[in-house]
Amino acid sequence: MTSITDTPTSRRPRWTTAAGLRSLFRERPIIPLLGLLAILVVLSEVIRPGIVSPNWAGVMIRGAIPLAILAGCQTITMVTAGIDLSVSAVASMSGFVVATLVGDMGLPVAILVALIVSAIVGFVNGIGAGVFRVHPLIMTLGMSLVVLGLANVWQLVRVQTGSGVPTEFRQLGANMMFGFIPVSLLLFIPLALFIMFMLNRTGFGRLLYAIGDNEMASRLSGAKTWQVLTVLYVISGVLAGIAGFLYSGLTNTASVTLADSALLPSAAAAVIGGTSILGGRGTYSGTIVGALILTVISSILSSLGYPEAVRQILFGSMIVFVAAAYNRITLD
Amino acid sequence: MTTGVDTREQPATRVKGILNKLLRRNGWTLGLVGILAALFVVTRIVQPSYGPNGIQGLAISVLPLALAAVAQTCAVLGRGIDLSIGSMMALASVVSARLMEDQSEGFAVLVVFGVVLLGLVVGAINGALVVFTRVPDIVVTLAMLFVWAGVALLVLNTPGGGSAEWLTNLTRGPLLTEWLPKAAVALVVVIAAIWVPIRRSRLGLSLYAVGSDSLAAFRSGVSVTRIKIFSYMLAGLFSALGGLSLTATTGIGTPVPGPYTLMSVAAVVLGGVSLAGGRGGVFGPVVAVVILSLLRTNMTFLNVDTNLATVAQGVILVGVVMVGSLIQLRRER
Repeated sequence: MTSITDTPTSRRPRWTTAAGLRSLFRERPIIPLLGLLAILVVLSEVIRPGIVSPNWAGVMIRGAIPLAILAGCQTITMVTAGIDLSVSAVASMSGFVVATLVGDMGLPVAILVALIVSAIVGFVNGIGAGVFRVHPLIMTLGMSLVVLGLANVWQLVRVQTGSGVPTEFRQLGANMMFGFIPVSLLLFIPLALFIMFMLNRTGFGRLLYAIGDNEMASRLSGAKTWQVLTVLYVISGVLAGIAGFLYSGLTNTASVTLADSALLPSAAAAVIGGTSILGGRGTYSGTIVGALILTVISSILSSLGYPEAVRQILFGSMIVFVAAAYNRITLD
Repeated sequence: MTTGVDTREQPATRVKGILNKLLRRNGWTLGLVGILAALFVVTRIVQPSYGPNGIQGLAISVLPLALAAVAQTCAVLGRGIDLSIGSMMALASVVSARLMEDQSEGFAVLVVFGVVLLGLVVGAINGALVVFTRVPDIVVTLAMLFVWAGVALLVLNTPGGGSAEWLTNLTRGPLLTEWLPKAAVALVVVIAAIWVPIRRSRLGLSLYAVGSDSLAAFRSGVSVTRIKIFSYMLAGLFSALGGLSLTATTGIGTPVPGPYTLMSVAAVVLGGVSLAGGRGGVFGPVVAVVILSLLRTNMTFLNVDTNLATVAQGVILVGVVMVGSLIQLRRER
């Protein structure tokens, strides 16, 4: 579509002096994003003077971490021209499963069960998308219905035993070290390094970009795309499961719809972070900044004291605006 | 269509050829109709008392879903996708309910036209954003889902408002015989009045052309920009009608979007419309909606947990698409 709405005139760089800057932005998308983040932080300070502090930064980062993990699922799948719409259902389910099982089985087993279930969901997604060539949007959407329904059934089964978010999760998801460093960073930093390493430094990562760029070409050059996609969606499922632990710890609730509201922001964070939903382009560092941007935006909106309705409108408009501005800067 | 057929052929083979063509083109839809018929029989066996009342309830629950599915079809045919359909329906529903409350029946006619116009405008905004920002459809409409839901909340904070009596009467109760619910008639009339003329016009042809190959369409002189916006306007129009039908059947407006967006995507896929655009029609998705609703009814009759009904819908969605793409893969080989 883009190639058509592009008129020949718009493809010519309009300001030759800005062309260099533009290419810098294109190659290092993180720079304009960090600039935008800085502007938003300044804006927060202007709106509520004195609010920006190490503790505030800690709260922002703590809020952004689970979102950034879910957005990581979107990044790695979008790179292959896919998407994972089952992440929120999987995250809610895994937090809920741990909360209901921890009393009987102990924490390690409960975590293991939750992650295995998450991996199975991812595996089915991967088989559907890789072997049966179902559009990932449909495949993961269908699986999210299945997961939600089964989690609801599980909820009815376990309703008599009661449930509680384990203390360890609460410490992991909500506590701060030295008053301003979120404990969840200890989990997130290795995870983020893992995702970045996977995308940038492994053959697997290169295959992901190759599939997103041109699936047919990568298959013809010998890549077993279905295996790659299956592994990819399993990773995505497990990551979503881990994010679920953090969500349940952060909010101290176990509910089968806990992370539902994070689904759209997770996709938005990846897109704002410069990942192309059409595949072949995207970095995880950009996505992390995207998640931070969204978190700061929603904090600004809630500190303004607007009603929920206005906040939703502004949030949606900002996503379009940021994505459009970003497109303008990096494309052409 | 028949221009390519040699007129000197035997009439019998000609008829056969046309039949074959019809079957090949509409195989998927015919299959759906077959499943639907079988499902009605099953329903009758499961619940022998299933009769006019059941059909009536089915038609009322299908009406908004079917309109949402048609809306999604319009967006998908133009190689887009509209994730804001549920919010647009909520918006149309609250605007109509708020304006019609305690007003004369005549004023309600104006309201209906106003809401239809609103749907076109809202859809045009979606389409214009998609075209001019060059952000992928899915992201723009995802963001607009928030925006329209927020606007709906501004219009009406809690469920309320009212519906004009004639509007409610258009959807409730049977027509002529007790087996024919008015809601079903309304659906057929709306689709016949809006979709069929468009489908047969230049606009419809351009829509299919842009959906199947936008570059080719562009080179043959179709304004891709305009057609894209047009397809989103149609999506907005049918969403507005869906919202109106919600107000009419429930008598109030609800600002919280229902499950219509996801169901519409499911129905479109099950209805044989290609997500890659340019292939399919509105009939398939509507039949798919009826099948999904009837399936849910059956599961309630069988005392199956409603949560398992959600699971079943997911499995059906995934399963049918898997089978569909398997057939496609085998054909390619």
